[in-house]
Amino acid sequence: MAETATQTVPEKEPLFGKKERKLLIDPLNDNNPITVQVLGICSALAVTSMVKPAVIMALSATFVMAFSNLTISLLRKGIPKQVRMIVQLVVIAFLVTIVELVLKAANYPIWKQLSVYIGLIITNCIVMGRLEAYAMANKPWRSFLDGIGNGLGYGILLVMVAVARELFGKGSLMGFKIIGNTPDCLIDTTTNAWFGWYMQNNIMVLPAAALFVICVIIWVQRARNSKLVDIS
Amino acid sequence: MGELLDIFLKSIFMENMVLSYFLGMCSFLAVSKSVKTAVGLGAAVIFVLTLTVPINWFINVKILGENGLFGMDLTFLRFILFIATIAATVQLVEMVIEKFSPALYSALGIFLPLITVNCAILGGALFMVSREYNFVEATTFGFGSGFGFFIAIILMAAIREKIRYSAVPGPLRGLGMAFLITGLMGMAFMGLMGINPGLYFQ
Repeated sequence: MAETATQTVPEKEPLFGKKERKLLIDPLNDNNPITVQVLGICSALAVTSMVKPAVIMALSATFVMAFSNLTISLLRKGIPKQVRMIVQLVVIAFLVTIVELVLKAANYPIWKQLSVYIGLIITNCIVMGRLEAYAMANKPWRSFLDGIGNGLGYGILLVMVAVARELFGKGSLMGFKIIGNTPDCLIDTTTNAWFGWYMQNNIMVLPAAALFVICVIIWVQRARNSKLVDIS
Repeated sequence: MGELLDIFLKSIFMENMVLSYFLGMCSFLAVSKSVKTAVGLGAAVIFVLTLTVPINWFINVKILGENGLFGMDLTFLRFILFIATIAATVQLVEMVIEKFSPALYSALGIFLPLITVNCAILGGALFMVSREYNFVEATTFGFGSGFGFFIAIILMAAIREKIRYSAVPGPLRGLGMAFLITGLMGMAFMGLMGINPGLYFQ
């Protein structure tokens, strides 16, 4: 073991070089998990009706992805190919259970709101997709960064969608009133918000609206970056 | 009997896994390019859901429950055991399809093992727990949800086959259009229960 360690030292790469930077930056736009890789859509639709759950979901998913990538990458040489899916799932399920228990203890109302969907991180295709595509073939540190990068790329889209939906659907952000009036504001004009004429659009609160918002994001992204356009 | 019919119809239409809860989206969007493969995947999902929901009911109540095998509340182990059951069942389905229909097997390719991580399957098991169904209800619910997925993916594939011939703006082709259609179909399915946004974010 000592021999192999000394052998790898000379060709050791910098801890945070260009490639590592690319791992973190790429998923934010060019290789976004949701709009380009089409992974992890279910949870993206479910939790984005308000910003706060979206942020918590993004953080938990990033945590799970980073550490499952790290664990699988450390174990990758010891896992037989036939049972690799079960091993991956057990690691993911273990991490998700930790997240769920912590969230339940720390913030019960949010846990209640996210209940099923936190459990569904297990079957979130991004986590398993990145395990299959990256962690099974790469070193632990890079896999860890890949997990964080993809988690952030997923999170940034989640927050974008959530901002659009909460702003136009409820006229608020993080629970604070921003635009539009509720019916009682029309009676008491001193509490008028900005753009008082704006009526809340209830369609934006429905999950279907998330699909429309993502569709618009895909449109804008592909119009700016013609490499991503789907010809078929 | 009436209650069972209620659960069955509800799980197909009003509480459709894909179009009302938006679960199982990834394979729904990825495999719905042609009707032929969509039928294959839909049938596989029906089979897996019909098997795994009752099996997971059994595990949840008889093994992990307070009156179960170990006599204590072990339900925190739920996720791991549920997903292991699902992985095993998918493995079984894969072997069956490979034996009886090699053509379908090659057409589905990677998406067959990916049923394991199809949110609709685990979602079915978790909904079964949170709604406290009994064994017969759980089986009905499993079959109904699978059938709902089947209908949804075939509808989607048929629409996408047709829309290939329309003049869609370049950047919107393919994925963008798939999202848009799914959203519209979701709203159409919502009409089945009357537009009541309160149902979605209690």
